[in-house]
Amino acid sequence: MSGIPGALDAIPLIGLVFQLMGYLIENINPISATTVAVSVPIALAALCGVMCERSGVVNIGLEGIMLICAFVGWYASALVAGALGPEAPFPLFGATPALLIGVLAAIVAGMLVSLLHAWLSISARIDQIIGGTIINIGAAGITGYLYTLVSGQSLTGAGQFTPLGVPQEVATVPLVGWLLNAVLNQGPIGLTTIIIVIIFQIMLFRSRWGLRTRAAGEHPRAVETVGIDVIRLRYRNVVMSGALAALGGAWLSMEYGTQFQANMTNGRGFIGLAAMIVGRWSPVGAFGAALLFASATGLSLSITISPPSGDLGNVFSYIPSEFWDALPYIITIVILAGVVGRSIAPAADGQPYERESAS
Amino acid sequence: MTRRVIQSLAEPLAAIVLALLAGGIMIFLLSGLVPGRQPFDARLPIDAYGALVSGIVSFNGLTSTLVYSTPLILGGLGVAVGFKAGLFNIGGRGQFLMGSIASVAVISAIGGATGPWIAIPLALLAGALAGALAGFIPGFLKATSGAHEVVTTIMLNYILFYVSNWAIKGPLTLPRAPQPTTQDISELNGALYVLPFTRDLHIGVFIALLAVPIIWFVLYKTTLGFEIRSAGANPDAARYAGMKTRRLIVLTMSLSGLLMGLAGSVTLLGQVHQTSFGYDTGIGFDAITVALLASSNPIGVLFSGLLLGAMRAGSPAMQSQAGVPPDLINALQAIILLFLIVNVLRRVLARRRAGTSTPEPAALTAGKYSTESVQ
Repeated sequence: MSGIPGALDAIPLIGLVFQLMGYLIENINPISATTVAVSVPIALAALCGVMCERSGVVNIGLEGIMLICAFVGWYASALVAGALGPEAPFPLFGATPALLIGVLAAIVAGMLVSLLHAWLSISARIDQIIGGTIINIGAAGITGYLYTLVSGQSLTGAGQFTPLGVPQEVATVPLVGWLLNAVLNQGPIGLTTIIIVIIFQIMLFRSRWGLRTRAAGEHPRAVETVGIDVIRLRYRNVVMSGALAALGGAWLSMEYGTQFQANMTNGRGFIGLAAMIVGRWSPVGAFGAALLFASATGLSLSITISPPSGDLGNVFSYIPSEFWDALPYIITIVILAGVVGRSIAPAADGQPYERESAS
Repeated sequence: MTRRVIQSLAEPLAAIVLALLAGGIMIFLLSGLVPGRQPFDARLPIDAYGALVSGIVSFNGLTSTLVYSTPLILGGLGVAVGFKAGLFNIGGRGQFLMGSIASVAVISAIGGATGPWIAIPLALLAGALAGALAGFIPGFLKATSGAHEVVTTIMLNYILFYVSNWAIKGPLTLPRAPQPTTQDISELNGALYVLPFTRDLHIGVFIALLAVPIIWFVLYKTTLGFEIRSAGANPDAARYAGMKTRRLIVLTMSLSGLLMGLAGSVTLLGQVHQTSFGYDTGIGFDAITVALLASSNPIGVLFSGLLLGAMRAGSPAMQSQAGVPPDLINALQAIILLFLIVNVLRRVLARRRAGTSTPEPAALTAGKYSTESVQ
């Protein structure tokens, strides 16, 4: 770069690494806060996948479920806001009745679409990947159709949830300040997700429901022989998981953004599935993988907002912005290809269960 | 034989008719949202479908149908080839984009200098190869690491979308254009020949029509086709019979991507002539619909491609005359597939004839992310 020939060429590279580390430390607060925020829908999708697949149902339709819920949540809240008129938000999270009703509507919609997926894969016993794909095609079509129709009306949306503010004193605590800031500087859905991860992890590995769920995904016949209804268990898990995907959709249109956009899920459901695989079908692992995938977005947003200076800035200015946009997907593929051989799915995952008496 | 043909036609036809009915009910229920319509307007579904049909049954409508069907047939063949081997290629969007971009690149580089007779075949070849490369990557990843192609092809869709945006904004950009776009290839002698007396019917349609018997021949009359079908029907048996299933996965995904890339190339050279930021024709999902409707049969792909092409050709008339957005076609597609996949017809008939067994689950792909089939 500076034209110094020979062995000294190695030094600028080391310099760049140090500059990058310096840049990361300097911007640790915005990068980690963005990373945690962006990981929320990916983590929720991954949790939805864990809940389904641990009981033996593959759900690649969760991308579509999220998209439908993003639309339903936004539209319901906009309708309620239109009917009630402007109201003063609660002091916490900027919540209004309209937004809360929107989230509830999204959850109901998510559970209903999941019920369809449950019926397709458990009762109708069709190929679950095909069934999920049909849900994805239908979700894109129906939300596109509705959104084109609805955008003709003049709707004023219900706004969005706001993050829980962190006092400056907490954010500047040495060493742990950035962590508290990253975790607490989230909206209600983001914070709920972190709580769900912990509860789900404990429930899955420590409770009776968790034991039964894992057993149904590994050896459903054995579960049935001790008198547990595998079909009912799977139905219940898939329908419950719809609420998780719904929160992810609601996050997109009501916490991250203020309104619905066509195909706004942008593959987050599928990244969630990859996070589930990389996290070895455990809630905490899946959340960790989601954070890893989201860190690419955190870094790229930070570089766009406050570009680094010096040599590092020069190098980054040669990298097209499309590379940063594609980075989360590239990281997902690379890690998935590296990890998948050592990550083993539940044994009965994707196989429809047939009672012996029924066949 | 004839009985089997009738049976194999009855199910898709029943699914289509029932889906059109369900779509009609949807239009009826949501008619309050259509500008200038009362809520629950029973005339609207009739108007919408009438406009859809009127958009198809005219000379221009029929040629448009062929034009819209061209990428659907090629892409449908691509997905169908994958299904035959038990592979699910959802990466059509990315492979299609690579085909388009590679063709634009070739025409921009040599189109003005060499003339159409050299540039266009080279552009088609480059498009097909670029698509094949985009299909090779997930195939290679699956064969070597076991990463499921459903996840990797979808991730690649987004990556290749940004690659294509980068190319449109960077090396292939048209200078001084208000929005990033590529140069119109018809200015560089790159456009496919449009048949006389037609508005838009280009000769690319013959590439699609020719691909149908070729793929049929490859699948049913060659060793490669036999191996593809064996690997799809029973991967363990195929491996014990000495077939190299890993190599087969890579080959099949590449062939699938090649057809998708060709679809992108033909669409670009014959129909749209230039690509701009965020170019997407929805081919990824459409091709899956075409292949599923045809139960992965190449001859069936021809007809389901024509059907979906007709719906695409008629949808602008539906919007202009009845105010129903063309997104309805996407929703209809999903409803058709839903009815098809749950075998509505067989379910109803089976219930009537009590005692007959329920249909077998369709085993098109292994419903798992880890694949023992390649170990």
